[in-house]
This record gives sequence, C-alpha cells and structure tokens, in this order.
Amino acid sequence: MSTPALRNGEVARFEEVLGLGDDALIAAQRLAEWCARAPDLEEDVALANIALDQLGAARLLLSYAGELEQAGRGEDELAYLRDDRQFRNVLLVELPNGDFATTMAKLLFLATAQRLRYRRLAAGSDQRLAGIAAKAVKESTYHLEHAALWTVRLGDGTDESHRRMQLAIDELWPYSYELCDDPAGGAGGELAWQEWSAVVTPVLREATLTVPADGGWAPRGGRVGRHTEHLSYLLAELQVLHRAHPGASW
Amino acid sequence: MSGEPAYQVAARVVDPELRVVTIDELGILRSVERDGGQVVVTITPTYSGCPAMEVIRADIETSLRDAGWPEVTVVTQLSPAWTTDWLSDSGRAKLAAAGIAPPGPVPADQPLSLGLPTRREAVACPQCGSTDTTQLSRFGATACKALWRCDHCAEPFEQMKAF
Repeated sequence: MSTPALRNGEVARFEEVLGLGDDALIAAQRLAEWCARAPDLEEDVALANIALDQLGAARLLLSYAGELEQAGRGEDELAYLRDDRQFRNVLLVELPNGDFATTMAKLLFLATAQRLRYRRLAAGSDQRLAGIAAKAVKESTYHLEHAALWTVRLGDGTDESHRRMQLAIDELWPYSYELCDDPAGGAGGELAWQEWSAVVTPVLREATLTVPADGGWAPRGGRVGRHTEHLSYLLAELQVLHRAHPGASW
Repeated sequence: MSGEPAYQVAARVVDPELRVVTIDELGILRSVERDGGQVVVTITPTYSGCPAMEVIRADIETSLRDAGWPEVTVVTQLSPAWTTDWLSDSGRAKLAAAGIAPPGPVPADQPLSLGLPTRREAVACPQCGSTDTTQLSRFGATACKALWRCDHCAEPFEQMKAF
C-alpha cells in the first residue's frame, strides 16, 4: 500500500500529536505500576485514576495521529507495534517511578506542562485537537492539584520526607526543559519554560523546598526518538501481549 | 417495533457504575437521530479514560435493538466537554438518595489550588445533611467521585466531584 506523501506542515502536526499522545501513554503505563503498591489504599485509587485519564487522552491523541499520518495505523498499531526509537515522548515520563516523592515530582512537572499546553490547544484552530484538549485540561488541572498537595505535604513534612522530596526535585529538574520543547521536535516551542516555572516554583516555595538553580544539564532526545534504556523495558511489558498474540481481544 | 421513540429507549440506559442514574440524567446522551433506517446516538464521555463508556455504548445498542431498531450507530462527541452542570435535578436527587453527594455548580474559571486543601466547598452529608464534613481522598472508586467523611454522623460517603 502506498502512503500519500505528507507535506511539511502535515508531518509537523502528526509529530506534535504523536508526541503528546506518547507522553500520555508512557505516563499512564508508569503510573499504573503503582497499582496495589501505593502507600495507602486512597493513593492507590488516585494513581490508578490519574493513569486512566492519561490513557484516555493517549487513545484519543494516538487515534488522531494515525489519521493525520494517513498510513493506515490506528491507536493499537501506534501503541503496540512501534519500537523504542519510534516513540516521541519526553524523557521525564519514561524515567522509573522511584519512591513516592519522585513519582509526585514527575507528576507535578508533567501535569503543569500538560495543563498549559492543553489550555492553548483548546483555544487553537485545530478543532479535533481542541476537543481532545478541552476535555484533558480539566483532568490535568486535577492531577496538578493532587501532585502539588503531596509536594507541600512531603516537603513541609518530616525531615526525612523533606529530604526525599528535595532529592526528587533536584534530580528531575533538568528534564523540565525538554518538557517545554515543541512536541514536533523543533527547537524552542510554543510553551515557554518560564511559564512552566511560574507554576511550579510557588509550589516548591510553599513546600519549603529549594528551587534548583537553572542552567547546565538539560537532557533531551525523546522528541526525536533518543531515549533512556528505561523506555525499552517499559515497552517490553506494555507490548508483550499484543506482539505475542496479534489482534487478540476479549 | 414497539413504537416508542428511540430517544426514550436510549435515555433509559443506566450508568454501569452509578446504576441509580440514567445516561440522560447524567448528560452523557447528547442526541438520538434517525438516518434512514438507522438510529444514530451521540454520547459524550465524562472523563477521557472512563471505562464505563464501552459498556454504555454496548447497552445503548442492545436496548435499541431489543426495542426494534436493528441498525444502531453510537457516535462519541468530545466537544463541548462534559460537565457535571449537565446533571439533571432528578439525577442529583437519585444520587443523594443512593448516598452519593451530588456535585455543586462548576465555577466559571476555577482557580488553581496548589497546596494543602482548603475548605472550598461545603459538601452536605447525604445521610444526615450535616455540612460538618471532611474530604478523605480526592479520588473515589471511580474517576468522577471523591471520598468524604461526615464528622457529625461519622459515616463515610462518596461525592460526585464538580467537574
């Protein structure tokens, strides 16, 4: 089957939607790892619900990406039949969950970026994307509030919880730059890092945490398919059933 | 064919996770239209990943087929996004009777609450009516609900979140 050649603008739109869909899909898979392992039952339910929201957004975005690509791939083909180098998610979402503080720092960073981006897309000219984003922005707001609540609780908690929350923020801070890059892989992008920082910084202050110094190391590569080794293991688990039994359903 | 309008049949389908309310009362059912011999039902999801949507879709198809409409297409419409403001008064009353506190109105531009929870809304206990209540968890058994405790009658209860 020959694939119609996409024009440059269409390729960029496909890459953008794919990137956002992959962010949501990989975040969903990571969050789901907490199922039956969270610190308490309420948090178990909370993380599973957030994962479900992310999965729902991922399905809508990947279905749309498949239509933009015009190569006959749907959400399942895109989720289950691509290799690691073909994924376009940011590195932050594929990093291991670590302890609960690390998971909350990851969610705080991700939800802030998703909320800012979805808000913009909801008012954008692409009606299909606007519909998906208008739905997802409400969910991102809820995720952000949840992550901020825990960041403050742990940061302004005991010496040990403060130490661990600070460690998580320090370790993940460099990944925030890529988070704000153009999802289509271009330099810069529509989301200014300062905008992101303006949401996260007050939360860290309220949590009595030290805001990491800017500059220096800013790992990137996810948007062009250069990932950490963690993604390969995550995809192995995500894809094993579909690859072993193509087209299986129940 | 029963002769009953297709809308009435579709409107009777209940939410599989909140079985006391119908999809019509929840505001999920957007329209039911005839297209030749076909019935086209448009629904709008509550949450992007709500697992109940697949069941609702299947239940709509089954109900209409049983009522004599063999050709049914269920279409999902995302925009405008569903809000709890679309819940009907009868839906709210049924939720409360089932022990689930109905949602309050959704504020026009809800400010972000980034920090420890503040008492933003007074949620009345569906058992005793007291507003002396505390939120236990922002997420309940389903994405659309939060978990609360009544500090007056000491009963835990669920609340459908304003969303």
